[in-house]
Amino acid sequence: MSLLTVENLEVRHGLLRAVRDVSFAVDEGEVVAVVGANGAGKSTLMRAVAGAHQPAEGRIGLDGVDVTAQRAHDRVAAGIALVPEGRRLFADLTVEENLLVASRVRRPGPWDLAAVVAAFPLLDGLLKRRAGNLSGGEQQAVAIGRALMTNPRLLLLDEVSLGLAPVMVDTLYDSLGTILSGGTTVLLVEQDLGRALGVARRVLCMLEGRVVLDEPAGEVTREQVVEAYFGLSRAAVPDRATAATVQEEPA
Amino acid sequence: MNWINAIVQGVMLGGVYALFACGLSLMFGVMRTVNLSHGDLAVLGAFLVAVLAAAVGISPFFAVLLVLPVMGLVGVALQRGILSKALRTGGMSSMLATFGLAIVLQNVLLEIFSADSRSLEVGSLSTAGLQLGSSVSIPYLGVLTVVVAVALLGGLQLLLARTGIGRAIRATAADADTAELVGIDSRRVYAWAAAIAVATAGLAGAFFAMRSSFSPSMGPTQLLFAFEVVVIGGLGSLWGTLVGGMVLGVAQTVGAQVDPRFSIVAGHAVFLAVLAFRPQGLLGMRRSRT
Repeated sequence: MSLLTVENLEVRHGLLRAVRDVSFAVDEGEVVAVVGANGAGKSTLMRAVAGAHQPAEGRIGLDGVDVTAQRAHDRVAAGIALVPEGRRLFADLTVEENLLVASRVRRPGPWDLAAVVAAFPLLDGLLKRRAGNLSGGEQQAVAIGRALMTNPRLLLLDEVSLGLAPVMVDTLYDSLGTILSGGTTVLLVEQDLGRALGVARRVLCMLEGRVVLDEPAGEVTREQVVEAYFGLSRAAVPDRATAATVQEEPA
Repeated sequence: MNWINAIVQGVMLGGVYALFACGLSLMFGVMRTVNLSHGDLAVLGAFLVAVLAAAVGISPFFAVLLVLPVMGLVGVALQRGILSKALRTGGMSSMLATFGLAIVLQNVLLEIFSADSRSLEVGSLSTAGLQLGSSVSIPYLGVLTVVVAVALLGGLQLLLARTGIGRAIRATAADADTAELVGIDSRRVYAWAAAIAVATAGLAGAFFAMRSSFSPSMGPTQLLFAFEVVVIGGLGSLWGTLVGGMVLGVAQTVGAQVDPRFSIVAGHAVFLAVLAFRPQGLLGMRRSRT
């Protein structure tokens, strides 16, 4: 039984079709990486799954329940949590308040203030600080912790390493390692292909709003991903999704 | 001694102004929108209290307790019916919408109650007070107003700063979309904020009506004073709103002590001085964004 099912999803920004006819499923406990160039529709896809952006067409299901019509806060209560791109912390609230404000949904689970600080030791001692005064990496840790505080069944991570120092990215991924191996289902957007292939069991590659590659991370080569990433010789890749894309376009 | 009395009376008057400004400050702080019908909603509250007290034959104080939840519902209706739609198209449309509501309210009240001034009868309490020496008197009603203002603004400040609900309100005020992403129903938060804001407007209107006469046309003036209070105290700070109310009240009564014609002008002068020399308000902080 898939935890997340996305069927024929189409999401628009005005006239722009940012996500076009995307379908995939994520099983319970699976870690799936979404890669793709800027503007490929990755963040829009994540926001649509989280309920921050209403899709124009298609259906999003969580554990068999259709959540397409639900607003974002109801989806949090159902178990979907998004770490948004750019972190989006409540700058005037303290770190502790940023974390606690996410615990109001009262989903049962292992994550509370102490567990988050234990998972992200760099937050120890920063709890009373104003979130807006933290460094980028510290803010990212708070943003991930804030999402975990809702005890999600599905964690959506959007560009957690964007704009951070490499050493900080390593620290964050060390902390994430325990979370990723802890059985939480994760869908993550990651620009760093090596890192994405390192943590994920499966890779989805998006190009111009479509999923053009959907393969187990162990079986896919870097070249295949790069090819799908840039849309080089699209027709040559014998891939289900790609074939569908090609069929759709007039010859 | 007359000067001391002027300051004492100013603090009492400041209690009413702080009550008026409380809802305006809260609504601006949470929804980043200015409710131009705030003064007229206060007048509506005063009339509801007057009608209820007269019809049922109860003290205005009991009538206020019954009117507050009604005003809260008016606030929810305002949020759901007007503000939620207007907010989506930007700050200016919510100002225009509430400006329109203000005109409608004024004229409906004028139609029903005529332009005559009236007041809320609270018996001997309206004049009773503690006489200190020959010229200083402390009216009990004024003391009650200040106590209510301090309790209300202090209570709201504590609610915002210390409780889980307060955290949710501040998070929504900062970024409603992201608040939704951590499980907060932003529409509900807005509805609660509007309910509290309009209920406190009704409370302010009732206290105003107990200390002086009121009529359907007084809303805009009270709105202006409430604005000045919020700006003097500092946007987004409820303690500042309390202080701002006191400052404006004292400025008006001390101005009146110099010459009765200077009363209102002195208040405006203090307001302009704050805008010129401390635009973030007496207790306001410069907002920083990240």
